Amino acid sequence: MRHIISVLMENEAGALSRVAGLFSARNFNIESLTVAPTQDPTLSRMTIVTTGNDSVIEQITKQLNKLIDVVKLVDLTDSSYLERELMLVKLYAVGEVRDEVMRLVDIYRCKILDVSPTTLVVEVTGASKKLDSFLSILKKDAVIEVVRSGATGVARGEKALTV
Amino acid sequence: MELSGAEIVIQALKDEGIEHVFGYPGGAVLHIYDALFKQEAVRHILVRHEQGATHAADGYARSTGKPGVALVTSGPGATNAVTGIATAYLDSIPLVVISGQVSTPVIGSDAFQEVDMVGITRPCVKHNFLVKDVYELADTIKKAFYVATTGRPGPVVVDIPKDITDPNIRIPYKYPEQVSMRSYRPESKGHRGQIKKAVDLMLKAKRPMIYTGGGVVLGHASEQLTRFTRLLNYPITNTLMGLGSYPADDKQFLGMLGMHGTYEANMGMHKCDVLIAIGARFDDRVTGKIATFCPHAKIIHVDVDPASISKTVKVDIPIVGQVKPVLETMIELLEQDKSRSNQDDLKEWWAQIEEWRSMNCLEFDRNSSKIKPQYVIEQLHEVTAGNAFVTSDVGQHQMWAAQYYKFNKPGRWINSGGLGTMGFGLPAAIGVSIANPDAQVACVTGEASILMCIQELATAMQYSTPVKVINLNNRYMGMVRQWQEFSYGSRYSHSYMEALPDFIQLAESFGHIGVRIEKPEDVRPALEEAFAQTQRTVFMDFITDDSENVYPMIEAGKGHHEMRLPPGMTTKRELA
Repeated sequence: MRHIISVLMENEAGALSRVAGLFSARNFNIESLTVAPTQDPTLSRMTIVTTGNDSVIEQITKQLNKLIDVVKLVDLTDSSYLERELMLVKLYAVGEVRDEVMRLVDIYRCKILDVSPTTLVVEVTGASKKLDSFLSILKKDAVIEVVRSGATGVARGEKALTV
Repeated sequence: MELSGAEIVIQALKDEGIEHVFGYPGGAVLHIYDALFKQEAVRHILVRHEQGATHAADGYARSTGKPGVALVTSGPGATNAVTGIATAYLDSIPLVVISGQVSTPVIGSDAFQEVDMVGITRPCVKHNFLVKDVYELADTIKKAFYVATTGRPGPVVVDIPKDITDPNIRIPYKYPEQVSMRSYRPESKGHRGQIKKAVDLMLKAKRPMIYTGGGVVLGHASEQLTRFTRLLNYPITNTLMGLGSYPADDKQFLGMLGMHGTYEANMGMHKCDVLIAIGARFDDRVTGKIATFCPHAKIIHVDVDPASISKTVKVDIPIVGQVKPVLETMIELLEQDKSRSNQDDLKEWWAQIEEWRSMNCLEFDRNSSKIKPQYVIEQLHEVTAGNAFVTSDVGQHQMWAAQYYKFNKPGRWINSGGLGTMGFGLPAAIGVSIANPDAQVACVTGEASILMCIQELATAMQYSTPVKVINLNNRYMGMVRQWQEFSYGSRYSHSYMEALPDFIQLAESFGHIGVRIEKPEDVRPALEEAFAQTQRTVFMDFITDDSENVYPMIEAGKGHHEMRLPPGMTTKRELA
């Protein structure tokens, strides 16, 4: 099953490699990983998307907690949460394809960020599934580049991951 | 007080109460070595290879319960230390390893003797630090000791670039009295509700087993464990790492369990209905085939590390906490309510265990004209009255030492259980001897393992550590040979030790006493004579039976009930 784990960690050099190293050393899956500082500059927040059965996810959270730099973590998928990922797609878009893309942009509520006579850069945000769906509808030979940020997320309501 | 970075390192060690540092100098740590030279409180032990420094610090830590400290230079000094760091990591030993690093301006430039020590050791340390500012040095060292010694202990590396220790830059020094880290709060006494549940379950057991590991030794809870076990009158088995935490000569003790555990311990595990696991981590050498591990048992697991719980074996009652306070609570609850509903069940269980025990699975041929390695260990036990510190390397000799030296005290059996590091024994014994100068220290080894850190014989000479080397010389990497005999059609691929040195001359060339023992009747007198040499290292080269194997054995992929017994020994009736 897919899990989204949010981790608050000390904003120190090497913290990211401790997490990345843990996943490879212990043979855990990692679908995406994003990290950036929070409102408190001494803390970074990392969002990890991973897959595994219950016992694997239990080990992942325990092993992450065991890292000295990890302050706190939560498995967002344990309760209701919001998920957002950002994707930039550069498309080769002329003639009919251009019209088709413009319609999709409307349906998926995307933004067009850049236009040239032959290309478009589209920004799509949403849950990772929505991004997958947008990509699956595009003509494959029209896609030049896909850039995804990896998923981030936050719990709904008053529940929060803070120190 | 104004100090340079180099002086801060030494002063911080003093303030931490560190008396001994095991190390080897080199370019990046020269400032530190100069500071070391100018004082006497911290004594430096010069090893002959950085692997030896970490193993010696490790042996020092295991035998005292205090953190061990190693000091190595950058690059090759640092990489040589890695095997010892990984050894300590797998056995949860508190070490602080200070490594030199190239100066901060040249980090990342492939400078001379530069290696990314923090990167290299990341997967085999509890934590590590690169000190980038001399103002952070004292705090970092304090944190290193705090992290290494609390919770589940482990090695911590502090990598210090040379410019941080510059003798010309002096700053105000104050060693922090305490340390608080929001991301690391290891103290835990265990959840009382969970402990109550566990006690209820264990009192209902018909066929209970207590299985304990190195956590009891590390948690200084041997006394509590002994009291707890006697209160319950349940059988107890120790892992390789847990030996000594319960007196081996007690009738409730079934010996070691696992791959080379006793018949009674392994059968007890297989048939028990409640398993009480304390400070043990269900290592694969203990469990055998997971699918048939304790098939009838509800499992209680006490461990300070939550990640150890339900890692390989799913448990029914997890208790996260330090072994000592958890055992104290258990004892308190047991003393409040001494009622056990079914004493008769326990009698039946003990009768079954006694029947298993009566097989005497550790018996060996006592009439052989060749020296049996088991006999050497038995004699070692007698000659030292069971009081010696025994270190070992890795292989058959290690298992024989574990099986035949009956450890009655914790912290006396010192071996690399998790990583299985050949070369550990001799430097570890030197570390033990430095920490316990008046104690008897034996290094049980084999002719293959001993050569991996043989250079430390020079360290033993320099510091007059009277280590007794018990070399069980069977001319083979014995455990490799045994597996090849059992599983590879006796094709002894590269396990024969050709071109062995003359160990007597070798020991003598280092300035020690060397003795070769070739007959069983000479074993005891040789040991007695060796231990009478209280000031000297004696290297005893026992020429042992090269065909001897370690029994019982659970081969790969087999369960506890599928032990391979010594030739000629068969199982008797088993409990239905």
